[in-house]
Amino acid sequence: MSTATTTPVGRMTALARAELTLLGRSKGTLFAALFVPLLLPFSVQQAAKGMDLAEAGLTLGTVVLPASIGFSLLFAVYSTLVAVYTGRREELVLKRLRTGELRDREILAGAALPAVATGLAQCLVLAVGCAVLLDVGAPRAPHLAVLGLVLGLVLCAALAAVTASFTRTVESAQVTTLPVTFLSMISSGMFVPLEMLPDRVASVCELLPLTPVITLLRGGWTGELSAYEVIGPVVTGLAWTVLGVLAVRRWFRWEPRH
Amino acid sequence: MNTNEHEHVIEVTDLRRVYGGGFEAVRGISFSVDRGEVFALLGTNGAGKTSTVELLEGLARPAGGNVRVLGHDPYAERDVVRPRTGVMLQEGGFPSELTVAETARMWAGCVSGAMPEAEALELVGLGRRAKVRVKQLSGGERRRLDLALALLGRPEVLFLDEPTTGLDAEGRRDTWELVRELRDAGTTVLLTTHYLEEAENLADRLAILHEGRIAAAGTPAEVTAAQPSRITFELPDGWFMGDLPPLDAMGVCEHEVDGRVVRLRTRELQRTATRLLVWADAAGVELRRLDVRSASLEEAFLGIAREAAEAAETKEYAA
Repeated sequence: MSTATTTPVGRMTALARAELTLLGRSKGTLFAALFVPLLLPFSVQQAAKGMDLAEAGLTLGTVVLPASIGFSLLFAVYSTLVAVYTGRREELVLKRLRTGELRDREILAGAALPAVATGLAQCLVLAVGCAVLLDVGAPRAPHLAVLGLVLGLVLCAALAAVTASFTRTVESAQVTTLPVTFLSMISSGMFVPLEMLPDRVASVCELLPLTPVITLLRGGWTGELSAYEVIGPVVTGLAWTVLGVLAVRRWFRWEPRH
Repeated sequence: MNTNEHEHVIEVTDLRRVYGGGFEAVRGISFSVDRGEVFALLGTNGAGKTSTVELLEGLARPAGGNVRVLGHDPYAERDVVRPRTGVMLQEGGFPSELTVAETARMWAGCVSGAMPEAEALELVGLGRRAKVRVKQLSGGERRRLDLALALLGRPEVLFLDEPTTGLDAEGRRDTWELVRELRDAGTTVLLTTHYLEEAENLADRLAILHEGRIAAAGTPAEVTAAQPSRITFELPDGWFMGDLPPLDAMGVCEHEVDGRVVRLRTRELQRTATRLLVWADAAGVELRRLDVRSASLEEAFLGIAREAAEAAETKEYAA
């Protein structure tokens, strides 16, 4: 008889493996997660061509790349995870998992791993793709690019759990994910860099959850963020992450409503 | 560790559970379960069975009272308790697109000291269905998969919430057999059921829950013994209750007449039956559809439900 005691990592790996299998079997989710983020950058490229980027010290590449990574975070990670969390709750899987040795946070993290890994892989593909096709080159401040990416992945997973708290069914997830998705695409510097917006509008947009991620990513590639300029986005991003975690603890539902 | 652990594996004292809306589902119940015992919580839907079991499983914190499982608080000390317990929920909770084997493998990765998955599936007779997706399983097969997962970690304490609901007669008997084997191997089993036959067959001791309180508790024999036995017959035309010997002298404690049908309740079945039959023989009366039966658990259960309903009615009239 084996007396092996499970570890958090072992438990999350087992859960993540099952979720990866499920992701592979869910054609709709898989399509949305894999292809949408890789197609959207073309529309940004068209929009960016019409802007006077040079005046703001930007290039086509430093606009398209952070935007593409942002889409990947929104579709491959955020939207996918809202559907995963909601679906597992509706199937009573979350309730079942909670009867075992898994901790609540391990359940949420383990279930998120495949989507987070997909997002990460896409970001790497996009970075290489943009380096080759748009002549972006390697990031000049890699630590900021990594910081932005990690913050983005964690934040999107947390936001997904918050959104799932208010989502009844997998179908309604298509609607409940819209506010975060659209707001982020339009106002977090993805379609339109904040540098192109009036100052007052830009300073409000800076407070949105995904803006710090995009700012850090862009700064990572341009290398033009001073240490002082980094503080703002990092604090904003961390604040949203903490808020997200607190909201999950307060509102996340582990069972369907009766 | 205290020695108590070996005597009372589960100990519940004055347990209460209140839901968000203020509904009090469990209203101060106490019981204990010894090692290697099968204990059944019996009750109608809404009696508080699942609400109670969820507190024992450590899924929620009680509003009042105390729960000890293996000597620990299952909610606050979950790290110590969970690796030693197995849980079967009332309703599955498996991703429908995973196969049986994939589901078991996932669960095995989350359970300390797990037995090989194939062995657990074999135990419940699902070995041949390993490659089938969960969505293609029948309701009964899903219950068995749930049982297999509950057994994966060779738990010392097993919580089974309505383990045989949805199973056919054969599946039910197989599950009973398995539970008995586990009990004989020293596993403590707490199960809920609304099948009286199941409790009577399987449980060493049981408690009947009604509206969040324990209405009766003990071995099936004890609970049954507290209830009167029953004699039912039909009087032929021309004969009336008044023609019977005095009911008190026959040991009848309660009677009911419904048209020609007479129902007697007695705590001295042999005496009452003898007097009745001797009288009928002497009077030349044929008691048609004669039915003499000792109290069963079903009787006890219905009796408790009836008393509760009458009590509720009295309260309504009073108000």
